[in-house]
Amino acid sequence: MATVSLQDIRKSFGKTDVIHGVDIDIADGEFIVIVGPSGCGKSTLLRMVAGLETVTSGEVRIGDRRVNEAEPMARDIAMVFQNYALYPHMSVFDNMAYGLKIAKTPKSEIEARVAQAAKMLQLEPYLQRKPRELSGGQRQRVAMGRAIVRKPAVFLFDEPLSNLDAKLRVQMRLEIKALQRELGVTALYVTHDQVEAMTLADRMVVMNGGVADQVGAPLEVYGNPQTTFVAGFIGSPPTNFLSPALLGQQGDGQIGIRPEHMAIDPEGALQGTVAYAEALGAETLVHLRAADGTQVTVRQDAAHAIPAEGSAIRVGWQDGAMMRFDAAGRRV
Amino acid sequence: MEKRVTFKGIWLPLLLVLPQIVITAVFFFYPAGQAIWQSLFIPDPFGLSMQWVGLGNFEYLLGDRYYRASFVTTAIFSILVTVVSMGVALYLAVLADRLIKGSGTYRTLLIWPYAVAPAVAGVLWLFMFNTRVGVVTWYLGQLGYDWNHVLNEGEAMGLVVVASAWGRISYNFLFFLAGLQAIPRSVIEAAAIDGAHFWTRFRTIVWPLLSPTTFFLLVVNIIYAFFETFGVIHTITSGGPQQATTILVYKVYADGFVGQDLGSSAAQSVILLFVVSILTVIQFKYIERRVHY
Repeated sequence: MATVSLQDIRKSFGKTDVIHGVDIDIADGEFIVIVGPSGCGKSTLLRMVAGLETVTSGEVRIGDRRVNEAEPMARDIAMVFQNYALYPHMSVFDNMAYGLKIAKTPKSEIEARVAQAAKMLQLEPYLQRKPRELSGGQRQRVAMGRAIVRKPAVFLFDEPLSNLDAKLRVQMRLEIKALQRELGVTALYVTHDQVEAMTLADRMVVMNGGVADQVGAPLEVYGNPQTTFVAGFIGSPPTNFLSPALLGQQGDGQIGIRPEHMAIDPEGALQGTVAYAEALGAETLVHLRAADGTQVTVRQDAAHAIPAEGSAIRVGWQDGAMMRFDAAGRRV
Repeated sequence: MEKRVTFKGIWLPLLLVLPQIVITAVFFFYPAGQAIWQSLFIPDPFGLSMQWVGLGNFEYLLGDRYYRASFVTTAIFSILVTVVSMGVALYLAVLADRLIKGSGTYRTLLIWPYAVAPAVAGVLWLFMFNTRVGVVTWYLGQLGYDWNHVLNEGEAMGLVVVASAWGRISYNFLFFLAGLQAIPRSVIEAAAIDGAHFWTRFRTIVWPLLSPTTFFLLVVNIIYAFFETFGVIHTITSGGPQQATTILVYKVYADGFVGQDLGSSAAQSVILLFVVSILTVIQFKYIERRVHY
């Protein structure tokens, strides 16, 4: 159990700057999710916490200790990799026991700890199998088990669910959350999937081009995005961006309105032509083209009538739904 | 996933494998058959007639003190060449694997010795260690060591081993490096996080995962040491001194073409064939079991 603190972390590979100063303070037992598109530096950030990449400048602290120069093994962390990184020539038991064996833990305790983890992860029937004889979800569990048995102060997850199919991903997501709650371990979780970020995080860090655009609780980030990037990245389908001129208003910059806050309304402020409508069962996504060519998506309940393609309709929203951004993309 | 191609008739597939079959037949089955046939006869000195002796050649060989000594020499030589060439190659490959800058240059330079023909390599080493004009011999002399592989059996063996292993290091290095780079980086990183330092990681993760490569190289290198080192031995020591470097394949040549005892030479080829078959079977049957694919 420990706090983690990143202070003005920067990273360059040669002359290329990848991370331009990130500050995050993680409380003991907190679940932090770093989310962003590929190439935003989120994995690099995690690897710097793990000690797998050097820190160009800034300070990483785990607990009360500066760990910039510490070897990965000296940081009291465990990491779950995207490809699981299981030892292919060892059985599930040996995979989980590896770290403990190196730490010269007594044999009886190794067995007890592995048995406990295996029970928690429903891996008991598979302890003697090799990783190649397991399914994707089981491998994922072994990787988690390997992290659990060492009782680290911090869990690091590097896109652990991206190799699983959609159904398993939802299931494992819930299991990871439950497990972290049960163990009370500080967790740092990297993903590109905003749904994972929303559901898992106590607080999330939205990264964009090597900068943390916003740090906050999921609903706070969703409800009150600080940049156009965050507004566009968090929430699905993404926020609609309209120019003030289109709504007959002054000024530059953009106005963001979430699709779920819009509704078809004959009195509405915006007119558009229905390009096509996607009926998803519980809801329908209506895609419009506004007068200046902007694509606008309206998300409506399936109970509402679906407008015909090519028809001209008006959409409206409550005043509070409008999020104003300046020309630089910052929230006004 | 079935990737096998299925053919309707027999003629097309037969045509496709025909070149390989012809090559194997002409250069392997025919000479091997000839050797087996000749090993049962003693030809007269002029090659005009042959006397049937059954297994007489074999009987004579197995009773021959020099032939038995050649077996021991071959075993020592092969083990040394294999261990030296694979050991050095693995060491260099581990270093190159950690290299980020300049790894291309390093790799290219290390591959060059493989392009040198064994006989040429033999001459190169012979010049360096020449008892009168050799550079290394001179330096050793300065240090107070009198190098003379022409008279000293141990030195002769050492020199042919080094000369044979030298070119081979490049080849082994390439395979080891490819093997090392095929190990996922994240597996090594996971081990590092699990607390394993470099040597522990090497022993418990890298070495087991490298075992298919090591096994393959073991087979290939032993066969190399058995046969292809002929050129090196011929140029450096010609099997001497006192037959100290006469390995089996060199004795086949020395007895057959120098000593003109073709019957015995043929019998030796057959024994050699037999030994290599057994070695290969042992390697695949017993060592492969411990290999993690």
